[in-house]
Amino acid sequence: MKVLIPTPLRQYADKKDAVEVSGATVSEALKNLTSTYPDLRKHLYTDDGKLRAFVNVYLNDEDIRYLQKEGTPVKSGDTLAIVPSIAGGKEELCKLINKNALFDS
Amino acid sequence: MATTTTTQPVTLSNEEVLRYSRHLIMPEVGMEGQLKLKAARVLCIGTGGLGSPLALYLAAAGVGTIGLVDFDVVDFTNLQRQIIHSTADVGRKKLDSAADKLQAINPHVELVRFETRLTSANALEIFRDFDIIVDGTDNFPTRYLVNDACVLTGKPNVYGSIFRFEGQVSIFGTKEGPCYRCLYPEPPPPGLVPSCAEGGVLGILPGLVGVMQATEAIKLILGSGDPLIGRLLLVDALAMKFRELKLRKNPDCPACGTHPTVTELIDYNQFCGIRGEEKPVESQVPAISVEELKQKLDAGDDIFVLDVREPHEYQICNLQGYLIPLGDLPKRVNELDSSREIVAHCRSGVRSAKAVDFLRQAGFTKVKNLSGGILAWADKVDPTMPKY
Repeated sequence: MKVLIPTPLRQYADKKDAVEVSGATVSEALKNLTSTYPDLRKHLYTDDGKLRAFVNVYLNDEDIRYLQKEGTPVKSGDTLAIVPSIAGGKEELCKLINKNALFDS
Repeated sequence: MATTTTTQPVTLSNEEVLRYSRHLIMPEVGMEGQLKLKAARVLCIGTGGLGSPLALYLAAAGVGTIGLVDFDVVDFTNLQRQIIHSTADVGRKKLDSAADKLQAINPHVELVRFETRLTSANALEIFRDFDIIVDGTDNFPTRYLVNDACVLTGKPNVYGSIFRFEGQVSIFGTKEGPCYRCLYPEPPPPGLVPSCAEGGVLGILPGLVGVMQATEAIKLILGSGDPLIGRLLLVDALAMKFRELKLRKNPDCPACGTHPTVTELIDYNQFCGIRGEEKPVESQVPAISVEELKQKLDAGDDIFVLDVREPHEYQICNLQGYLIPLGDLPKRVNELDSSREIVAHCRSGVRSAKAVDFLRQAGFTKVKNLSGGILAWADKVDPTMPKY
C-alpha cells in the first residue's frame, strides 16, 4: 500500500512524496518504511520506539489513534498518511534550532 | 454564532447595500447574512503571509470589526507573499501598512490594532472582545497559546498553517469539535524541525490557505455551509491535491476534554522546549571574519573553503567553495582533509557553526566558521554579490 510522505520528511525518503510498502498492520507498514529509509526513524519514533506525539498517522481518512493504533490492520489499496504538525515561517525555524539539531541520534 | 457587543442594532446604509449587492442577492448571504457580517468581530493574529489575504477578504466582505495583532515591521523579503504590504511599506510597522490597505478597501470596517506580541499575559484580555479568532502565526508556541486561549474563552479558532508548498486548514475550539491539542498533543522538539536550508515558502501558498481561513470565518459568521469542524483539510500546492482527514475531539485532551488540566495559559516557549536565552552555537566555535578570509585568500594562503549550503543556494551566489550540504556532512566527512586549514561558511553563519562544531568533535582542529556567512561577504567584501 501507499504511504504518503509529508514535505518536512521527504528529505529523509529520497525526496519521494509517496512510498509503496507492504505489511498487514500499520506497525508493519511503518517498519517496512523505516527499514527502507532509516533516517525517517528518529523523526517518526522516540528512542523507546513510540510514535512521536506530533506525528499523526491516518489510515485513509481516519486517525489510527481512534482505530487500533499501530495494530490497525491494513490492506493493499489502503493509503497511510503521515501528518506532522507544521507552523511555517523561515525566521522562526532558525530560532527553533538548537545546537544538536541535525546530529541527534 | 456571532454575538454583538454593541447596544445599537446593526444596519446598512444605502451605500453599504450597493457595496455588498453581490452578497445581498445570494440567498446564502442576503440582508440577514450581511448584517451578521457587520456585527461580527474577528481577530486576525498576524498580518503576514496568512494574515494578508485573510484580512483583505474579511474587510472586503464587510466584517464589521477586525482586530489585528502584529508587532513586526515590513521586510523586503516579505513582499514575495505578504500581499497586503507594498514596496513603499518596507520599514513601516505591519499594523500601519495593513490598516491603510484595509481601510482603503472598506472604510466601514472598524480596525482594532494590537501592536504587541501575543503572550500568555495578554491573550485572554485581547480575545475577550472578539467572536472568532483566526490564527495566522508562524511558530509552534503561539499555536498552542492561541489554542488554549480559544478553549478557555470559548471562541472558535480558525486554524491555518503552511510549510513550503503544503498547508493545513481546520476550525478548532468549538464546543462540539476538537482543539489543536486533540490533533497534536505535543509540539515537535526544536531539534527535529527541518533546517533553514529546507525552509522557504511558495509565495502563493499562504494566499491559498489564508483565503480558506477567511472563507471558514465567514461561514461561521453566517452559519452557512459545512465548516471545517472535525475536518483537517490538507493541500499540496505543487500536486494541486486536496485531502481531507477526520478529526475527532479527544475525550482525554488536556485542554478541551472531559477532565481538562489546562486551566490557565502557560509558558509556551518552555512547553515547546525552546530555551530562549541559550547561547547560539555560533559564539562557541572558532571563527574568522570575512575581511580576514579575504586577506588570507589574496595572500595565497592554502585555505579550504567548505560551503555547507544547498545546491540551489550555490547557484544564487558562492565563494567557489567545496559544497557539502550540512545534512550530508556526517556521511561525506571523509572527503575533507583534516590537515588543511578549513573555513566553513553558509548563508548567515548558523549552519556553518554547526558544521564546525561537528567537525571539531570529529577530531578536526584547523576548522573555523565564517562569521556572518556569505551575507557578510556580500556586505563587506564584495557588494556586487547578491544577497538572499
